[in-house]
Amino acid sequence: MKKITIDPITRLEGHGKIEIFLDDKGNVKNAYLQIPELRGFEVFSLGRAAEEMPRITPKICGVCPTAHHMASTKALDDLYKIEPTETARKIREIIYCAFMVEDHALHFYFLGSPDFIVGPGAPAGSRNILGVIEKVGLETGKRVIEMRKRLRSIITFFGGRVIHPVCGLPGGVSKGLDENERKNIEGIARDAIDFAKFSLDAFRNIVLKNEEYVKLITGDIYRHRTYYMGLVDKNNKVNFYDGKIRVVNPDGREFAKFDVKDFGDHIAEHKEEWSYVKFPYLKKIGWKGFTDGEKSGVYRVAPLARLNASDGMATEYADKEHDAMFKTLGGKPSHHTLAFHWARLVEMLYAAERLLELSSDKSITSKDLRNLPERKPEEGIGVVEAPRGTLIHHYRTDERGVLNYVNLLVATYGNAAAISMSITKAAENLIKKGQVSDEILNKVEMAFRAYDPCMACATHSLPGQMPLTLNIYDHERHLIKKLSR
Amino acid sequence: MSKPKVAFYWCASCGGCEEAVVDLNEDLLQVAEKVDIVFWPVALDFKRSDVEKLSDRSIAVSFINGAIRTREQEEMVRLLRKKSAYVAAFGSCAHIGGIPGLGNQFAKEKLLKLIYEDLETNDDRTVPKPLSKADGNELEIPEICEYVRTLDQTIDVDYYIPGCAPPADIILKGLTAFLKGELPPKGTVFASDKSLCDTCPLRDKKPDKFSIKELKRPHEVIHDPEKCFLSEGIICLGPATRSGCGERCINANMPCRGCFGPSPRVYDQGAKILSAIASLLGIDEEEIASEEDVSRLIDSIPDPVGLFYMYSLPASNLGDKRRNDEQKDNS
Repeated sequence: MKKITIDPITRLEGHGKIEIFLDDKGNVKNAYLQIPELRGFEVFSLGRAAEEMPRITPKICGVCPTAHHMASTKALDDLYKIEPTETARKIREIIYCAFMVEDHALHFYFLGSPDFIVGPGAPAGSRNILGVIEKVGLETGKRVIEMRKRLRSIITFFGGRVIHPVCGLPGGVSKGLDENERKNIEGIARDAIDFAKFSLDAFRNIVLKNEEYVKLITGDIYRHRTYYMGLVDKNNKVNFYDGKIRVVNPDGREFAKFDVKDFGDHIAEHKEEWSYVKFPYLKKIGWKGFTDGEKSGVYRVAPLARLNASDGMATEYADKEHDAMFKTLGGKPSHHTLAFHWARLVEMLYAAERLLELSSDKSITSKDLRNLPERKPEEGIGVVEAPRGTLIHHYRTDERGVLNYVNLLVATYGNAAAISMSITKAAENLIKKGQVSDEILNKVEMAFRAYDPCMACATHSLPGQMPLTLNIYDHERHLIKKLSR
Repeated sequence: MSKPKVAFYWCASCGGCEEAVVDLNEDLLQVAEKVDIVFWPVALDFKRSDVEKLSDRSIAVSFINGAIRTREQEEMVRLLRKKSAYVAAFGSCAHIGGIPGLGNQFAKEKLLKLIYEDLETNDDRTVPKPLSKADGNELEIPEICEYVRTLDQTIDVDYYIPGCAPPADIILKGLTAFLKGELPPKGTVFASDKSLCDTCPLRDKKPDKFSIKELKRPHEVIHDPEKCFLSEGIICLGPATRSGCGERCINANMPCRGCFGPSPRVYDQGAKILSAIASLLGIDEEEIASEEDVSRLIDSIPDPVGLFYMYSLPASNLGDKRRNDEQKDNS
C-alpha cells in the first residue's frame, strides 16, 4: 500500500492523538485515542495543607476551574465533617449554576454547533464560531458573548476571579452578597432563562428541521448502548451540586444508587500502557474491554448521561424540554452520542432556572457564611457534576490537615472508554478497503466533540476546532495518512 | 504598512491563559483588527511549518504561556524565539513556574508509581510507557520530563505578563505597548512597581506594628473583611508579591497566594515572605520575639514550601538548586 501523507505537521502537545491500524483488506483493525500529557496533581498535592486545595486544583483546567474548586471545597466539608451554612450552600450553588450555563454556552456555540449550524460537510475554515455567527447573525453572536460575560461576572463577584475562583472554605464561603447584588444576579438569571430557551429554539429550527442532521444524530455510527451515571436529588432529578450518584443500565433501569463516600465500591479504573488517561468502569460489572452493552462495565457521564440516569429535571421548563427531547429521540434512555449536544441545552435551561430560584430568595443576603471546623480531619470526599461529568475529589490527611492521599476522578475520564469506542466505530464506518475519505477527520471529531472532552484539561479549542492528530497505518504498519488540525 | 505579526503559544498549562485572552471580549476583536495573528494553536489552524517558513525575527511578538515540561515544548519555544523580535512570558506558569511547578518537589518515578500503582481505584499496576504494544500495534506517548522550568530558564525572554490568569487590563497594557511600539526596558514585568500590600484595600487597616502570637490557617478563623490578614495571623503573600492583579483574592476575602510573582527588587518570593513574617511575629512595643518563638510559629505552618512558593518554586533559589543538580546529572 502506498504511503500517503497529508500535511505533515507537528503534534499539538497535550492534546488528543488518534492512531488507526488497518488490516490486510484495508478495513479498520484497531483504533486508539491517546492522551499524551500528565501533570501529576495527585502527587504534588501531597504534603500540602488541605485548605489550599480549592486554590490548587482549579489549575487542572482553566476552562472548568469552578468545578474543581467546588468539588474540592465539598471534599473539605467532608474532611472536617462540617456542613456549610444554609446561606453559604445557596451561594455555592448560585456560583455553580452560573458556571454551568456559561460553560455549556461556550461549548454549544463555540465548539459543538459549528458541526450543525454551519454543517458537518462545510469547509473546515468556516466550521468555527465565525461561521456560526454568519449563519445566526451578528446580533446572536454578541448576545452569546454578552451573556457569558454577565454570568462570569457572578463568579468573579464571589470568587474574586472567574479563572480560578478562591472563595470556597470548609463549612462555607468567604464572601456574601447584599440586596443590590442579589437583584443584579436575579436579573442575569432571568435573561439566562430567555437565552437558554432561545438556544433550544435555534437547535430545533436549524438542527431538528434538517432531515440529514436528524438522520446523523439517530443513526448507528454515533450510537452506543452503555450504562449512564449522574448525580440526582431525592426525587431522582438531575442535580449538579449535590445528591446521590445514580447509575442506570442500558435499558434505563436503576443499576446502583450510592453516596459518593462509597464510590470505591462502585468505580474502578482500567489502564493501558499507551495512554496517560485512565478508563473508569463499573466495578461490579468489571472491565470487559472497549465494548458496550449490559455485560461491559463501561459507563458514560455528562449531559445526555445525566439525563438518562435521572427521572427528569427539577425545574418546569427544563423538565418539559427533557420530555420533548426523549420523545423525539425515541424514548429513554437514549444512546445517541450526538444527542449530548441537545441534552447540554436542556441542562443549560435547568441551570438558568435554578439560578433564578436561588437568587430570588431574599434570605441569601444573610451574613451567616461560615461554620468553623472543629473536628480533627481524616478523610474527605467531594462530588459535583462538572459540565463534562461526575467529578470526585478524595483526600486523606494527618491530624493537622496535611494531605497524604489524593485521588481525583476527573470528569472527562468518565467518558474516556466510550470516547475511544465512539472513535473506533466512526472510523470503522468511514474507512473501507483502505479508502480513507477526507471527511473522516471531522466525522471522527464529531464522535468525540459531542462529549465536550477536556483532554489533559487543556484541549479546549475555543473557536470550534479540536487540536487533533489522526494517523492511519496499513497492515504493515506504514503510515498511510496523517490528518491534523 | 503591513500589520504586526503576533503569535500565541501554550506549553504545560491549564487553558486559563487562553480563556483570559477570550475574556477580553470586544477588546479582543479590536486588537485582532490591528494585528496579524500568525500562530495560535488553540484557536487558529496554522501549523508549525507555517512558523518555520517565516523569516527570523519577523513575528513582532510571541506570547507564550505555560511551564516547560517536554522536549517538544522546548523545541517549539526555541523556534518562536528565533522567529520573534520579542518574546513575552504570559501568565504565572511561564513567568515563575506556576502551580504545576510544585511538582519539582517530587521525582518523576514517584509520580508514575503513585498515580498508576498506588491510588486505590487502580485495578492493577499497569503504568503507561513511552513505547508500548497493543494487539501487535506499536504505540508511542511522550516521556514525562523530570522538572518544570520557567520560560526564561529555557529561552531569552523580553517581557513578562504576570498572573494566574493575567487580568484583562494587564494583557491590554502589554498588547498596547507592542502595538504602539512604546516598549519599556527589557525584563519589564507589565504590572505595578509596588507590592500588593501597597495597593491593598486593607492597607490602612494594616497596623504599623504587628503582634502575632499565633498563626492561623484560613479555614480556622472567620476573617474580618475590614482587617489586614497578617494582622489576624493569617498568612498572606502580599508583602512579597507584585501588585497589579486588582487585589482580586483580597476582594473575595481571601489572602494572597502570590500568583503575580515576587514584588519588584525581590528575587526569591518565598524567602522574602518568610523574612517579612519573621519580622512581624510577636513584636510588641518593647518586646522582641525570641528566636525560639519565631521558630515555634514557623513550625506551626504545615507546608512552608507549598505556601511560600505556591507559584514560584521553579523560579526560586530552591528551584535553581534542583535545576543545577539536574544539569549536572545530564552532563
